[in-house]
Amino acid sequence: MKKKQVLVACGAGIATSTVVNGAIEDMAKENNLKVDLVQIKISEVGSYEETADLLVTTAMTKTEYPFPVINARSFLTGIGTEETKQQILEELKK
Amino acid sequence: MKELFFDESIILLNVAAESKQEILKKMSTNLVEKGLVKPSFIHAILEREEEFATGLPTEGCSVAIPHTDIEHVVHKTISIGILKEPVEFGVMGDDSETTPVKIVFLLAMDEAHSQLSLLQKLMQLFQNQETLKYLYGESSRTNIKNFVKEKLDLSQI
Repeated sequence: MKKKQVLVACGAGIATSTVVNGAIEDMAKENNLKVDLVQIKISEVGSYEETADLLVTTAMTKTEYPFPVINARSFLTGIGTEETKQQILEELKK
Repeated sequence: MKELFFDESIILLNVAAESKQEILKKMSTNLVEKGLVKPSFIHAILEREEEFATGLPTEGCSVAIPHTDIEHVVHKTISIGILKEPVEFGVMGDDSETTPVKIVFLLAMDEAHSQLSLLQKLMQLFQNQETLKYLYGESSRTNIKNFVKEKLDLSQI
């Protein structure tokens, strides 16, 4: 299976994406999945349109992308974390 | 790596503010006065909050984690502001909703893509209702300082 490129983005690329990045890293390890995680600012997503398989973000996205977008606020609030993890896993296993 | 600056002087209790702008200005002005951030931090925080809201509805009370680019920061710190009355912040990732925020964790980070364990512990801290309740009810800044230091494992950083 091709290694999936997953973009992890927040407004500043400093705080929330770091936490989400860490969570996905752990998840991938647990499930033996190889992912190429790229932590960026939401404004930089456009330059990965050709290569990315998935965008996981805590910021608002108004733009349409050619890959699925998953909201990752639950990793910060603790509400609905399991559902978000399932969503991400499903995409990674595709 | 420089240590995180954290003491009573950046813990603001019972802050009266009418709006998110007012609380953010109060908290960031305090950091400017302490020399922990550059004066440009104030504007940057306000602007970033408009563009990317940081309000988080949790199981306990809502919190906000405003932050901005590292170039405005002199020394990394986390300032805590506990509001007298909640103010509305936009919900992170959803600009159609607001949430009444009681506690603001103003992050001044001096490195991007780092501080994972610190940030994770901070998130764990506000995923815990009891912790938030404690913070909201505590009237001693020293107690809050010690409590948060322990929770964030600050002796390790």
